[in-house]
Amino acid sequence: MTIAFAIQIIILTGLVLIGLLVFYLKDLLHAAIAFAAFSFLMSVEFYILQAPDVAIAEAGIGAGITTAILIQAVRSTTRKEFDN
Amino acid sequence: MSKIVRAAADFLYPFVMIFGFYIVLHGHLTPGGGFQGGAVIATGIALMFAAHRYREISLIFKKAIFNVCETFGLLMFITFGFAGIFFGKSFLYNWMVNIPGMLFGEAVAYGQNAGNLNTGGIIPLLNIAVGVEVLGALSLIIYYMLTYVVKMGVNKEDAS
Repeated sequence: MTIAFAIQIIILTGLVLIGLLVFYLKDLLHAAIAFAAFSFLMSVEFYILQAPDVAIAEAGIGAGITTAILIQAVRSTTRKEFDN
Repeated sequence: MSKIVRAAADFLYPFVMIFGFYIVLHGHLTPGGGFQGGAVIATGIALMFAAHRYREISLIFKKAIFNVCETFGLLMFITFGFAGIFFGKSFLYNWMVNIPGMLFGEAVAYGQNAGNLNTGGIIPLLNIAVGVEVLGALSLIIYYMLTYVVKMGVNKEDAS
């Protein structure tokens, strides 16, 4: 097993775990930060798959701008998610 | 946001901006280009928008600046495109390449990428145009989001 393969398994496991975390977190600010972490891991995965172009775009748009928009949406609405 | 977030954003802002402009300027040599670099620059601006209050940040970043950036980028791209037709060739013809003495006019060396920034003809200029356009457009999205956050007046920190 090479090092890159081991890193890929770690990253893909982390992607699944953080995706579940985004779904189950009730505090929406925490969910937005978890989504930024998801995007960051996605960017590392793109870099390992030798697509540095897509990695830069994913890091800029996914981890940066989407998080800023989500945080501003949370600031203007409620922070907790309610169970109906 | 809290004082920690504001201090971290102020510290990270120049590094993010310099990295973004580096990606835009080296678009024809290294991975990345106008869109990616513009997205990184807009990330730096979004960081400042998310960290500071609307009252303070709207004094530094005006909406008109981003409008001018977006329009200027699009006009620059179209102008360089039609300059090819003006010189008797097709749209987006690379009329500046391999002319010694011209800006970005040196010939590309054979073999491994030597990293000479002064090559590429109009490709670096088109990268700069796309970078300026994406910077303005993505920043305008953030700006309008924050404007409506303030207008609704839900958050006490922003409304005060």
